[in-house]
Amino acid sequence: MQRVEVYSYEISMNDTEHYNDHVVRLFLLAATVWGIVGMLVGMFVAAQLAWPGLNLGIPWLTFSRLRPDHTFGVIFAFGGSALIGTCYYVVQRTGHVRLAWGKLATFTFWGWQLACVLAMATMPLGITQSKEYAEPEWFIDILIALVWIGFGAVFFATLARRRIRHIYVANWYYGAFIIAVGLLHVVNNLSLPVSLTKSYPIYSGVADAMVQWWYGHNAVAFFLTAGFLGMMYYFVPRQAQQPLWSYRFSIVNFWALISIYMWAGSHHLMYTALPDWVQSVGMAFSLVLLMPSWGSAANGLLTFNGSWHRLRSDPAAKFMVLALVFYAASTTEGSMMAIKTVNALSHYTDWTIAHVHSGSLGWVAMITIGSLYAMAPRALGRPAMHSNRGMELHFWLHTSGTLLYVIAMWIAGVTEGLMWRATEPDGSLTYAFIDSLLAIKPLYVVRWLGGVLIWLGMWVMAWNLWYTAADARRKIIRPVPVPIPQPVSQQTPAPLPAAG
Amino acid sequence: MAYRHFEFIEKHAWTLGILTAVMVSLGGLAEILPTFVEANRVKSTAGGKPYDPLRLAGRDIYVREGCYLCHSQMIRALRFETQRYGAFSTAGESVYDRPFQWGSKRTGPDLARVGGKYSDAWQRVHLMDPRTVVPESNMPAYPWLATTRVDGTDIAARMRTLRMLGDPYTDADIAGAAGAVDGSTELDALVAYLQGLGVARESEPARTAAAASPTIAGTSP
Repeated sequence: MQRVEVYSYEISMNDTEHYNDHVVRLFLLAATVWGIVGMLVGMFVAAQLAWPGLNLGIPWLTFSRLRPDHTFGVIFAFGGSALIGTCYYVVQRTGHVRLAWGKLATFTFWGWQLACVLAMATMPLGITQSKEYAEPEWFIDILIALVWIGFGAVFFATLARRRIRHIYVANWYYGAFIIAVGLLHVVNNLSLPVSLTKSYPIYSGVADAMVQWWYGHNAVAFFLTAGFLGMMYYFVPRQAQQPLWSYRFSIVNFWALISIYMWAGSHHLMYTALPDWVQSVGMAFSLVLLMPSWGSAANGLLTFNGSWHRLRSDPAAKFMVLALVFYAASTTEGSMMAIKTVNALSHYTDWTIAHVHSGSLGWVAMITIGSLYAMAPRALGRPAMHSNRGMELHFWLHTSGTLLYVIAMWIAGVTEGLMWRATEPDGSLTYAFIDSLLAIKPLYVVRWLGGVLIWLGMWVMAWNLWYTAADARRKIIRPVPVPIPQPVSQQTPAPLPAAG
Repeated sequence: MAYRHFEFIEKHAWTLGILTAVMVSLGGLAEILPTFVEANRVKSTAGGKPYDPLRLAGRDIYVREGCYLCHSQMIRALRFETQRYGAFSTAGESVYDRPFQWGSKRTGPDLARVGGKYSDAWQRVHLMDPRTVVPESNMPAYPWLATTRVDGTDIAARMRTLRMLGDPYTDADIAGAAGAVDGSTELDALVAYLQGLGVARESEPARTAAAASPTIAGTSP
């Protein structure tokens, strides 16, 4: 047991401070809308792979122009809005303090939405850098960087004002997410503009490949993992109604995760013209990465020990538990795919797509949905979500859609990998490339069906949130006062007087 | 470290932020900086010449249309790859590729050595409507390329920007750019680009190729 210190200080009664939940509600709304938009685009491009005539001969409706809209839409618009929104919610609650710089926080909301709209509008027009997950052109990149600096300023200024001396673990992950994504975004997008709509990266060839996959991999690491782990570390204990299983374990996992991830990017470039040693280092670190990944997943899951019965009645908890299972599974899969021998089979195939979606639909989307269901009633001034059965329906639509999608793409990926390498006894290749496409085409239809189920689930969530937001829409919602820490015996960590 | 050290970090936002920034920077520095040094030593396989104006225009159309999302340009050093697509790709082949177009997914085949594999006429028909020549294909049709002209002044501006980044274009190259693409459609440019892919290295003797690219990765099993 640690020694507990108790501080006491005076609080005047009319000095009430309220949480800034307005900006949180805006991000909640944006995340819902972008989720539906981003997944609609995903469904549409998935359908084009099965039925290529669906672009109707229109350039900006064509798969190759529209796929970046799907990835940007779900990662940065949907995921980003959910991350920034929950980050603002969590940093206030864990610090017992109102969000710093309210106007800047509102600017980050509108700035982020503007960047998303600009990106989603320009990419289908062919205004793209064609760097995966970093497609928007230079002027949008500058806007993103500015908003990001604002986001970081609001977050760290709020931390600086906190009344709880100890910084709760969720905030470390949000902090690492802000710092690392800012660094990755700036370094990877350095380019020289030719005009408003065209620029060339300052890197070329191998160097560009290395920087791009350092970015690409760590966008997954820090946007899609660290950020959502921040969400997990706050909302999982909240929903389990229990403290984190092991606080010290989370310290080990945090430092291991953020330092090891950055080494693993080169596993996207196995057997390519990238120097061999970089590939081997990437593979080694990818295997080591399994430990903090499993550590984080285990910490989250074990937090439910003693409250597993909640899964029977609370769909939000169900989303969270399944998210953690998918997190453990897809990080295992990722480490295995980074082994050169496995990568030789899996790379360039739909197995990659399966892996990405078990991570994004299984882990990212489920932890987000679970957290939104946990946060929304509190941020919207209601005792609970409007409909428990709606959440239940969403859970089953999302889960079955994800399984359909991922299993179809696993089978497709392994089929492609095996067909591409199949050799006759005389040494000649067994199949032409087109044979592999014909073999997996039915699976593209199954994948599309999975996507439809997931998308319908998002509509159920939107409907449920709309009714939960009834008070907020009528503007009769009352702001939540910040609980000023009172001297409580046995409180760890001990509260401090307000810093600013 | 004793727990109290962590406790200090977790009670001081600045320390936490700075240590986080240090830890996330290490991996990138260790891998990217040496790669830059090695990449700087790599010479182009195409005899040191960057893309000519028409192929540059074609390459930018390839980038604009997002072809990299379904076609890789990186033949891995694996036997079944070289057997299907030709000699494995080397670092020297993408020296002038901004951005690189190695890709990450093959919904269609690799294109690193597609140059000369099909006739110009086949490429045109295929781009206009892939299913007239490959009935089972799921590639989209790109008919709008045939009706759009390449802008000569724009290409010259692009070459000037690339020269600022270090690509060896001469004044004469840039002055002649508008004339070189005059009257060409985007389809002409894209076909010219595709027909040049992988041609330079394949025609070279293997010994020269190996010497020109010190960063050959992997081994052919």
